[in-house]
Amino acid sequence: MLTAFAILTDGLVYAAYLFLIAIGLTLIFGVMRILNVTHGSFYAFGAYGSAIAVGIYFDRGFPAAGGFLLMVLVAMVIGLGLGLILERGLLRLFYGKDEVIVVLVTYAAFLILEDVIKLIWGPNSYALYQPLALAGTIDVGSLVLSGYDIGLIVFASLLAIGASFALKRTRWGHLLTVVIFDREIAAALGINVTAVYTITFVIGAMLGALGGAVMAPKIAVTLGIGVEVIVLAFAVVAIGGMGSIGGALLGALIVGECRAAAVHLVPQIELFVIYAVMALVLIFRPQGLFTRIAPRKI
Amino acid sequence: MTMVSRPVLFGALALIIVAVVALALPSWLVSLTTLAFANALVVLGLIILWRAGLVPFGQALFYAIGAYAVALIDRYGGMHDVFVLITAAAVLSAFAAFLTGFLLARYREIFFAMLSLAMSMILYGALVKTETLGSTDGFHVEAPTYLGYAPQGAMHLLVLFWLVLAFSAASALLVFLYFRSVAGALAVPVRDSEIRLEFLGVSVNGLIHLNLVISGTLAGIGGAFAALSIEHVDPNMAYWTTSGGFVFVTILAGAGSVAAAFVGSFVFEFLKSIAYDILPGTWQIFLGAVLLVTILFLPEGLGSLFGRLRQRLNLKPANVSS
Repeated sequence: MLTAFAILTDGLVYAAYLFLIAIGLTLIFGVMRILNVTHGSFYAFGAYGSAIAVGIYFDRGFPAAGGFLLMVLVAMVIGLGLGLILERGLLRLFYGKDEVIVVLVTYAAFLILEDVIKLIWGPNSYALYQPLALAGTIDVGSLVLSGYDIGLIVFASLLAIGASFALKRTRWGHLLTVVIFDREIAAALGINVTAVYTITFVIGAMLGALGGAVMAPKIAVTLGIGVEVIVLAFAVVAIGGMGSIGGALLGALIVGECRAAAVHLVPQIELFVIYAVMALVLIFRPQGLFTRIAPRKI
Repeated sequence: MTMVSRPVLFGALALIIVAVVALALPSWLVSLTTLAFANALVVLGLIILWRAGLVPFGQALFYAIGAYAVALIDRYGGMHDVFVLITAAAVLSAFAAFLTGFLLARYREIFFAMLSLAMSMILYGALVKTETLGSTDGFHVEAPTYLGYAPQGAMHLLVLFWLVLAFSAASALLVFLYFRSVAGALAVPVRDSEIRLEFLGVSVNGLIHLNLVISGTLAGIGGAFAALSIEHVDPNMAYWTTSGGFVFVTILAGAGSVAAAFVGSFVFEFLKSIAYDILPGTWQIFLGAVLLVTILFLPEGLGSLFGRLRQRLNLKPANVSS
């Protein structure tokens, strides 16, 4: 019973993390049809930025709540900068090319950004320890839960609700839905697709950086953290259906719980299980769980 | 001379020159070329799939299977003969490609790329967590023997190099002939319009399955040679960045010709080691920039430069693969 509860909560925490890294990726794919490898760089930049800025903030002894706000702010600034540079400076040149070619373009950008991280922050590892300590712990029976983990779950849930509200209830969300459905018709209707692309990419970049920023207290911020995030986010997004935010949420929950179960019951298959689930889902639902199956076009 | 034999003749000539020149080269360049040609076999496999419009982001699966087959047989099997090792690697990776092919052959485009990625990551996860397979550190691969002959010192490098060269030549020739066969020639129509092809009575999935097995086998042999060349295997051989590297070289080389795989792979390894020497901290910036420039200005890859050169020289345009 205790194990079951531990699996459930661990799974939820991991799912929150997965959703945070997957939502930006799925948004960009849904709108722009770009499988964005630089998402890992956004995550890494967010983590570094947050580790340093928020670390300094807490060292000065400023009020705690502001530190958490600062994380979000750092992520937004980084996402805005990186997103604009990449979309306007690079990806714009490759629109209309084969999807796979664009993946490779983002892969090249990812390689470059990996070294840019090294140039800016050096090979050192950064630890942001204050937020975890500030958030404290909550005892549930004999289990000790970290307050920060609970916060993460709440934050991811709020983000999911917010994203779905923005898509379904706002004018901007409706425009986006039209572009996702058919970009040519959207352009013919007078929607400025170029602007939609830029804004979407920047928001996706902000979400990626946000994932890194809020995860920074839980990990050692060091070189190479973006590499693993990319494949994890790909797996989650592929399971849920690429381009679907509800799919990303479901994918994150499935992967999170499966991994937590593996960690507690059969630790040898911990890494294996994520991709096994992905392969299994793709076998039965090649388009992922949430995507409509498109007819073959001649 | 017919159209078929001229490129073959050029290839054979280039091969003999490279084999002889190797005697005079410094050992670092010999091992670099050995590794480059081992990886070129994988790229050759990627070109086969690329022609059918498929880009696997998990080809490292077969690469790692080949490499680990060699390492495990070498360590636990008590067999050190290079031909036994390579054959075992080829058979195992072919079998793995045959099995996964039943699934992979049903997918296209990005879904194909993702599923193949997932499969290679499953192997990666299994390797990392299995102590008997060396876990994250991997393990050392002993130097092989060649039909009972055990070369010493510098000869060891050269013999392996010549063997890789011979295998590369044989694979290049076979793939070249395959591209000229009916099954090989059908890859391009697969990319253009599958439905049209199926209406003509061709099983597209069967065709792709065949291509997958061929490319998987090549990747396995490449991985086997890479393991022998580096004398070490580790789980990173199955990681997605390894697969990404192969796709990178394929773009750099271009899918236009068989020879491009070898030239491209050599250029890649060479650039990588130069960049690593000159810019130890920032060599990835350089590689990324090379990739971007290639995609922007040479979308057909380095291979297309040969074609342009040949047209400059007023020879008949190259028509190597399609």
